[in-house]
Amino acid sequence: MDFATILQVLDSTVRLATPLLLACLAGLFSERSGVIDIGLEGKMLIAAFASAAFAYYFSQNPVAGIGPIWMGLLMGVLASLAFSGLHGLASITFRGNQLISGVALNFLASGLSVLVAQSWFHEGGRTPSLPDEGRFDGIVLPGALGPADAEAAGRPLSELIAQANPIQQIYSELISGHSILVYVAFLMVPATWWVLFRTRFGLRLRAVGEAPEAVDTAGVSVTALRYGALVIAGVLCGLAGAYLATGLQAGFVREMTAGRGYIALAALIFAKWRPWYALMACLLFGFLQAIALRYQNIDLGAFTVPVQFMDALPYILTVVILAGFVGKAIPPRAGGDPYVKER
Amino acid sequence: MDRMPAWADAVLVPLFSIVLAAILSALVILAIGENPVEAFSLMVDGALMRSAGWGYTLYYTTNFIFTGLAVAVAFHAKMFNIGGEGQAAIGGLGVALICLFIPWPHWSLALIGATLGAAAFGAAWAFIPAYLQAKRGSHIVITTIMFNFIAAAVLNYVLVNLLRPAGAMDPATEIFPQATHLPSFQDMFAGGGSLFRGAPANITFFVAVLACVAVWLLIWRTRLGYEIRAFGHSETATRYAGISTVRITVVAMLISGGLAGLMAINTTMGEAERLVMNATEGAGFIGIAVALMGRSHPFGVFLAALLFGFLYQGGAELALWTDIPRELITVIQALVILFTGALDNMVRMPLESVFGTLRRRRSPKPAPTTPSE
Amino acid sequence: MAAPEQTRPAIELKGISKAFGPVQANKDISIRVMPGTIHGIIGENGAGKSTLMSILYGFYKADAGEIFINGTHTEIPDSQAAIKAGIGMVFQHFKLVQNFTVLENVILGAEDGGLLKPSLAKARGVLKHLAEEYELSVDPDAKIEDLSVGHQQRVEILKALYREADILILDEPTGVLTPAEADHLFRILEGLKREGKTIILITHKLREIMEITDTVSVMRRGEMTATVKTAETTPEQLAELMVGRKVLLRVDKVPAQPGRPVLEVENLRHVDESGVERLKGVSLDVRAGEILGIAGVSGNGQSELLEVLGGYADATGTVRVNGQEIPLSGPGSDGRARRHGGIAHVPEDRQHEGLIMPFYAWENVGFGYHDDPRFNRGLLMDNAALQADATDKMKRYDVRPPNPWLPASSFSGGNQQKIVLAREIERDPEVLLVGQPTRGVDIGAIEFIHQEIVRLRDSGKAILLVSVELDEILSLSDRIAVMFDGTIMGERLPDETDQTELGMLMAGMTGATQSRSQGAGHA
Repeated sequence: MDFATILQVLDSTVRLATPLLLACLAGLFSERSGVIDIGLEGKMLIAAFASAAFAYYFSQNPVAGIGPIWMGLLMGVLASLAFSGLHGLASITFRGNQLISGVALNFLASGLSVLVAQSWFHEGGRTPSLPDEGRFDGIVLPGALGPADAEAAGRPLSELIAQANPIQQIYSELISGHSILVYVAFLMVPATWWVLFRTRFGLRLRAVGEAPEAVDTAGVSVTALRYGALVIAGVLCGLAGAYLATGLQAGFVREMTAGRGYIALAALIFAKWRPWYALMACLLFGFLQAIALRYQNIDLGAFTVPVQFMDALPYILTVVILAGFVGKAIPPRAGGDPYVKER
Repeated sequence: MDRMPAWADAVLVPLFSIVLAAILSALVILAIGENPVEAFSLMVDGALMRSAGWGYTLYYTTNFIFTGLAVAVAFHAKMFNIGGEGQAAIGGLGVALICLFIPWPHWSLALIGATLGAAAFGAAWAFIPAYLQAKRGSHIVITTIMFNFIAAAVLNYVLVNLLRPAGAMDPATEIFPQATHLPSFQDMFAGGGSLFRGAPANITFFVAVLACVAVWLLIWRTRLGYEIRAFGHSETATRYAGISTVRITVVAMLISGGLAGLMAINTTMGEAERLVMNATEGAGFIGIAVALMGRSHPFGVFLAALLFGFLYQGGAELALWTDIPRELITVIQALVILFTGALDNMVRMPLESVFGTLRRRRSPKPAPTTPSE
Repeated sequence: MAAPEQTRPAIELKGISKAFGPVQANKDISIRVMPGTIHGIIGENGAGKSTLMSILYGFYKADAGEIFINGTHTEIPDSQAAIKAGIGMVFQHFKLVQNFTVLENVILGAEDGGLLKPSLAKARGVLKHLAEEYELSVDPDAKIEDLSVGHQQRVEILKALYREADILILDEPTGVLTPAEADHLFRILEGLKREGKTIILITHKLREIMEITDTVSVMRRGEMTATVKTAETTPEQLAELMVGRKVLLRVDKVPAQPGRPVLEVENLRHVDESGVERLKGVSLDVRAGEILGIAGVSGNGQSELLEVLGGYADATGTVRVNGQEIPLSGPGSDGRARRHGGIAHVPEDRQHEGLIMPFYAWENVGFGYHDDPRFNRGLLMDNAALQADATDKMKRYDVRPPNPWLPASSFSGGNQQKIVLAREIERDPEVLLVGQPTRGVDIGAIEFIHQEIVRLRDSGKAILLVSVELDEILSLSDRIAVMFDGTIMGERLPDETDQTELGMLMAGMTGATQSRSQGAGHA
């Protein structure tokens, strides 16, 4: 494996980790507030569909001043928010079972996305391929080699990068050239940490997931805090879904989240509900996906690691963590319980 | 608080939920520019008006009875087994191994063997999450979700690398030997005629009905069932009574996993007659909707499974004749789960107030009750 | 303090009523509390004290009535409004975030601005000041889960004071405290009173009312039966107001005829899940035909003693029943084995342990004994036999209504307890473990329950009684052992001791001899 290959795998890791990270942080906000969210998958999926559908629509029917991709992003986030609202209605307002609500939302997204896609586009439950203006471009950071340089030199970008010095290679291949949502996702990590541990909102959010009665008797609304957390989760899942359909790929296909919501959930447990650990866990799981994508079976000499093992590894690792054999993952205490006033 | 009679809670709440889900689904159909009444009559035509339609409906019903019972048994022990999908997939592996590697003289013996194999493999797949829940407190919902994915990977590996006949492209086993082929409804009831022609419903349906009776006996007539229900209502009380919580957790999940595994007899041995990828087709998840709607009671599960069997077959017909894809059924399934499982309070509250008003009208004086603080 | 303020009550409630469904928890309650006083509210479990205070703190909305704070008509729709009106509340079950520090708990909901840093710094200063002023010292950076119960309670008081509460409500604050901690609490309350704060103390303990309050209101069955100056009343009078008739202090019983020891416990040790040693070498024995009462403040190992003997907590040491040693861990040590070995158990928490609330009464009457051959036919249970058995027992124990097809949750506390007692006593056990037999039980049922326990004693059985109600211990027991911090502090005979001496032992003080001369305790 040469340096360029490693860089390409890492680059792919960053791209694949991005939706996981956004969804994982969404779950973090939700679960820190005491609302368990196994509906991350569904929110991402419906957002992926909505963003692709509207990005396509507005690329065909342009509105002056607003790029179709931004309309797509907005609609994706709104769709995800609607699902968050439904989850809140069930699990906060009507004190229903949060797990069941999450499961229901996943199915709802899975069914609705295809149903509506079929009705609108008649392409077997997918959206048409998005034209360039319906997708997120890579951002070339200052000083990095980008498509413009390649055009000027008249050679492919990959070739150009391969011939640069190692620092420039890392900078251009790994750090530069991602879409804006990738940078947003990574910036969300310190932002989440700061909000959670340095602000009043964060203090109350953490408190409501641990002891809602303490928040209630302190005169702060448990309901408002939890809905607030779900709104943030909705926005983040919306970004994750939009990135899938308009950044990572060029359009929506059925079940395109492919279990990423569950991997994000696994990453959240792996991270013990902490933002920096979440980054590590998502990078790890993104790396596993990148490897599985690039290599079918990994030959380790003595034996071969089958690709299916790589696919299953995030789940296996999570079970090991859950079993408490490698450090105990203690979830927020009030997670899963609807709040009922008690003296 | 106004309480309503138990029968109302058991019958009216699911009924209202399904009505709500139906109304919303009709709105969805309207929104995509189709006629809900026509769609419904197409579904009825396709699923209930022909014997072959019934043959498909009952085939799907069989699947959903098993997975619904699986979820229901776990619910009685207050566990949410989302792992039916994985347990059924691994159950299929058990069926395949039994059918492929044991030379059965007759299908009846093979059916018994496959029943044991499917149940054992399904139960084994539920064992680790159950054990981790009982001993290490790992949340069963999360572990069973993870085990669904791991099961898919395992099955993928086994089919691609181990059981695929040489030269075949499909990740599937070879066709099971003739002696293991189960009699279909056509074989049993048509008497050479065209009744149930081509429909996949087979003798496994009766195994599923037997399973309903067995689960009913288990839950309401045996000590184990009594203990499972007690555990489901109060873990502290079962400890007080000297009932091992570890044993109940593990045993309830083994039964649940075994029931989910049994579904594979129907799909693998009864229909495909070989093990293919994704033989479960989401039936493990539909079991959640079925158990919730059936209020975890075997008879309720049977009715709910029948309803979903109809929806599934009707949905296939819709997809065939209209532009409405099969995913409509997924939407209905989601709505049923939402209304019966998560928004049940929303459905219950107005019903409770109706009953409260009725009661007050009947007896104007409130009965004296000891104040509770 | 200025004279006009003296005449205007800090709190005035006028005609407060509150019903939960058919249950009238508060009936037309009016009360005036003067500023700078400690006002006690006393009443039995279920008298409506907590409901009243929850209305005052905005947890419930009253059906009728008005609230005046410092003479101003005030609406209190939620806790926020209560805090704004200067009311602070210390709940019986603390409302603290366990994995937060003291400082974080104190500022929660009372932060200054969106960022935490300035709020924390300010709170640190205020806490230091409060600690000096009121003996309220707590490490501001300690996590709540690492603090003792007494310190956690201080955090609750600090929370209220940090919000500049002038009125402090404490709901059963001493229930979980040792006598020393309770004394400390009372000193804090005296200090707050000196600073002009108004304090409402909710309790069911007469001694506390007599010790610290200036005025006292008595509640019974949702009604306010009297408000009197503490100095002008006696415990006996209050007790009568509380229960509505003369309290039966002694249970009618003949002297015990103790026989051979049936239950022998030696050097019993138990460590709980968090690694704390809860039983530190307990030794005792209970003879045939006697009731051994275990007195103590709750949380000193009594519950664990019952759990170990009842078979659902592991322990080391030796326990013999009729001379036969029984295992304390591993196989054969669970509740089922105990029942087969002749130990019956009426648990402390009947709602979570003794009964399965959604189960029918008849299912509950078999609970724990459901493997009895009488209730089984082959693989299946004999539900008809269970139902017949339940009907019979419910009739004999006067369970009302006598309908075995009602879920346990629809019976009153007393009738639930009768179901448990019927189940356990009618098995004719060698040993009966009884925890808090009359907690949350109406007066009428208390007598019945006590008589049944005495009747079992008179039939020659050994009874181990655990209760936090000293009156109950004194009136039922033939011998009293006092537990403190996982050990038996001493044994006394009920005729040769009094509440004061027992109270000293419960507080972990052994030099009880001088205090005995100080006179009789309160009712």
